[in-house]
Amino acid sequence: MTTDKPKKKIRVHPWRSVALLILTIAVLLYGVIYPNLSVVITSFQRAGSWTLANYREILSQRSVIEAIVSSLGLSVGTVLLCAIVGVPLAFLFERFTFPGRRLFAALAALPLVLPPLVGTVAFIFLCGESGILAHGIQNLFGLANPPWRLRGWPALLLFHTYTMYPFFYVLTGAGLRRIDASLAEAARSLGASGITVLRRVLLPQLTPSLVAAALLTFMTSMASFSAPLLFGGDVRVLTLEIFTARQRGDAVMAVTETVILAIISLGALIVFQRYEGTRRFAAAALKGAPRRRVNIASGTARVIATIAAVVFALVLVLPVATLFLVSFAQEGSWTTQTLPAAYTFANYERIFGDAYAAEVFFNSLTMSAIAAVAALLWSFCVVTLLRRGKERRLVDEGWRRLLSLLVLIPWALPGTVVAVSVAEAYGGPSMLLGSFVLVGTFWILPVVYFLRFMPLVVRAVQASMEQLDPTLEEAAGSLGARAWQRFTRVTLPLVWPGAIAGTLLAFVIALGEYVASVLVFVPSNRPISIAIASELRDFNLGAAAAYGVDLIVIISISMMIAGRLERLRS
Amino acid sequence: MLLSLKNLSRTFGTTRAVADVSLDVNQGAFFGLLGPSGCGKTTTLRMIAGLERPDAGTILFQNEDITNLPPERRGFGMVFQNYALFPHLNVFENVAFGLRARHKTKAEMNERVNSALELVQLPGYGKRAVDELSGGQQQRVAIARAIAIEPVLLLFDEPLSNLDVSLREETRSELRELVTRLGLTAVYVTHDQEEAFALCDRISVMVGGRLMQTGRPRELYEQPSEISVASFLGRNNLIKAMRLSSSKTSGGEFKTLDGGHTLRLPVKHEDLAPLNKPVYLAIRPEHVQLSTNNNGAQNSLPANIRDIVFAGATSMVRVDANGLLLEALVLRTDGLEINQPCHVILPPDHLTLLKN
Repeated sequence: MTTDKPKKKIRVHPWRSVALLILTIAVLLYGVIYPNLSVVITSFQRAGSWTLANYREILSQRSVIEAIVSSLGLSVGTVLLCAIVGVPLAFLFERFTFPGRRLFAALAALPLVLPPLVGTVAFIFLCGESGILAHGIQNLFGLANPPWRLRGWPALLLFHTYTMYPFFYVLTGAGLRRIDASLAEAARSLGASGITVLRRVLLPQLTPSLVAAALLTFMTSMASFSAPLLFGGDVRVLTLEIFTARQRGDAVMAVTETVILAIISLGALIVFQRYEGTRRFAAAALKGAPRRRVNIASGTARVIATIAAVVFALVLVLPVATLFLVSFAQEGSWTTQTLPAAYTFANYERIFGDAYAAEVFFNSLTMSAIAAVAALLWSFCVVTLLRRGKERRLVDEGWRRLLSLLVLIPWALPGTVVAVSVAEAYGGPSMLLGSFVLVGTFWILPVVYFLRFMPLVVRAVQASMEQLDPTLEEAAGSLGARAWQRFTRVTLPLVWPGAIAGTLLAFVIALGEYVASVLVFVPSNRPISIAIASELRDFNLGAAAAYGVDLIVIISISMMIAGRLERLRS
Repeated sequence: MLLSLKNLSRTFGTTRAVADVSLDVNQGAFFGLLGPSGCGKTTTLRMIAGLERPDAGTILFQNEDITNLPPERRGFGMVFQNYALFPHLNVFENVAFGLRARHKTKAEMNERVNSALELVQLPGYGKRAVDELSGGQQQRVAIARAIAIEPVLLLFDEPLSNLDVSLREETRSELRELVTRLGLTAVYVTHDQEEAFALCDRISVMVGGRLMQTGRPRELYEQPSEISVASFLGRNNLIKAMRLSSSKTSGGEFKTLDGGHTLRLPVKHEDLAPLNKPVYLAIRPEHVQLSTNNNGAQNSLPANIRDIVFAGATSMVRVDANGLLLEALVLRTDGLEINQPCHVILPPDHLTLLKN
């Protein structure tokens, strides 16, 4: 035992963590806390004093109550329909194999990557009363009027089911793949019939996946804007009400309705997550048997399954194919014919030739890139802070949870809410920015895009970091690498594929963003989605379609790169 | 003293992973931290490495307080249980990692990496990807990477537990030789007592976050001072007994609670337990003798053979001495049969009085 006094004590100050903490808190304060608080405060104020008058006034209006009921009804209906379509498809394509299975499986998630506005436009061209299907039937049977009108509830539910069923399909499929096949085998050996296995073994284990899918569908449907705007007809939903209130210049009404929409969305999130928490099963860690897909060998069943695969694949592709076709249609040539009569490259020539039109692409690409790169850099800060804070016990568990929650809030809020709250907070001189008014500048859209999509990037970076074996960084540390060297030489090379894939996803979603853009865009800096909407308004169908096709091409290329990176990671 | 831990404690949530651990490691020692899983040995090692901060206590290295020094400034080599090889770097770059962090010249780096790879008998493997290597080769790369930075202290966290048995024994002796040859000091964490006995010249046994006993391997095995050490290190007969009388010179008299036998053994005066408190006596099965007749030896108890379990070179004989169950390890079982009456002899020199 040594009794000498220790020579010196070396203490390392966690200044880097403190810097990260300050940066993170600043972004959350400016981007999440302040805008949302200011919306809530405005909704409770009138002429400078606190009051419930705004709510009393608004909730006494029939149209507002109708909008709330419609939004909820539409979302519940969408969840049910998507489950009815998505879950059986997942069972069919995950459990069985037959000709055509791969064709459908490859296309299944297609509606998810379509920007909502582009999807809506494509849907109008295909199913609208002057679309290909309606004209086709009208011409075939010589009808005087189109056989249907794409309007109101049926149209909205149909479109929502088409675009949102993949949540159920993808998550149920993933859930099925996770279920250990030996559990079903054990149930069978204990005497359970196929139906009993489904009811007592498979479905209970699928519950977390189903709940997650229901949540995503519900929230997406609550936030839906393009479809109600373009073919909602008499159905007034909250997002639309907020938009029209702002167009009218009725800021107080818009803000109050925004708070109501936000409360419904966050409430749904809490309810669903609480339920999910009660139904989570700890997977037995033992090695299980992988489940093999059963080959459908019997003649009739095989034919039916194959036909179903081809039909569903067609349904998935048709809207995009229509958009592609219409993008080559000569303006004004498509009136009552089933298909456009004359084809031309003029639409594309106009988009790329006309400086004003080409600028739109440049705007969207720049703004989305700024938002995505900022989100990437910031995500690393947040994730590092959350990880390091835990190690160094700098940020305790409660604060870490609060930070994660604040990061996720913009994701849970409809785009309309994010845009209105930022516009409300920074639409004039503000407490945080002084006399600088963000609204009306170039920066408003990149900021809104950043806020809306940074949760995606944070989650991607977090997921990659969690996959990273923590002993690698420890090993680097024990070998003498400083924090920065550990990050650049070990962490970054291992997590960048996942991080970039997440960033690309945020980038492509921002490219097609419409809901928030339409509320705060600056005329001198229009994004693609605004250009599409205005072409549509001017009945330049071909040009609108051509914009859409270009957007889809950019998105497909980005997603292909993201997919490659994803594979690289595993 | 190269390394001294003084009253180290670390709590995770409500569990005390490490409680008040103090130990000293001499220059050139191969020091073992041995204990069952979850006993806090890895946490102790991680605190030495700087990967974990103690809640209380200090760590002195070469008489300097390094308790709050980050791992990258300690310069200890560490070999991780899962090796923690960087999957995006090849063998050469893995071994060179610590040298790059130290901004060594290219020539020096080449030389040191190659000599480290030669030391672990992997010359010419530099260009290989780490996932092309077998488990044993990966383990060697991990060792090469740790010694390339020429550490004064090497830390091992169960480095052999992912290897199969035959490879483990081979690697064990190579490891010992390497550390001795380079004149390094090592702290070696393991739950495998055989491994610890074979490698280490001093061992601390940890149980439940506490350091129970420190000593040479043979000392720990033959004179465990605690029940937990006695039962963790190999098979042991634990006999519950009460002290009968105070000893005059160097003996103690104990009455076993099972069977009511009287046992005598030498006990130091200061270790004597109070008369009314039950204590534990321990004796290794290999020290328990069996005899078919009473030859008047000390601590000879009449017994019955319950079971004979053949285990290759040796056999384990279970005997019942009037309710006191004992195990004896014997080389030959000739003449022994189940249900046969016999005498079981517990030589006083091999009986140990355990601290409670």
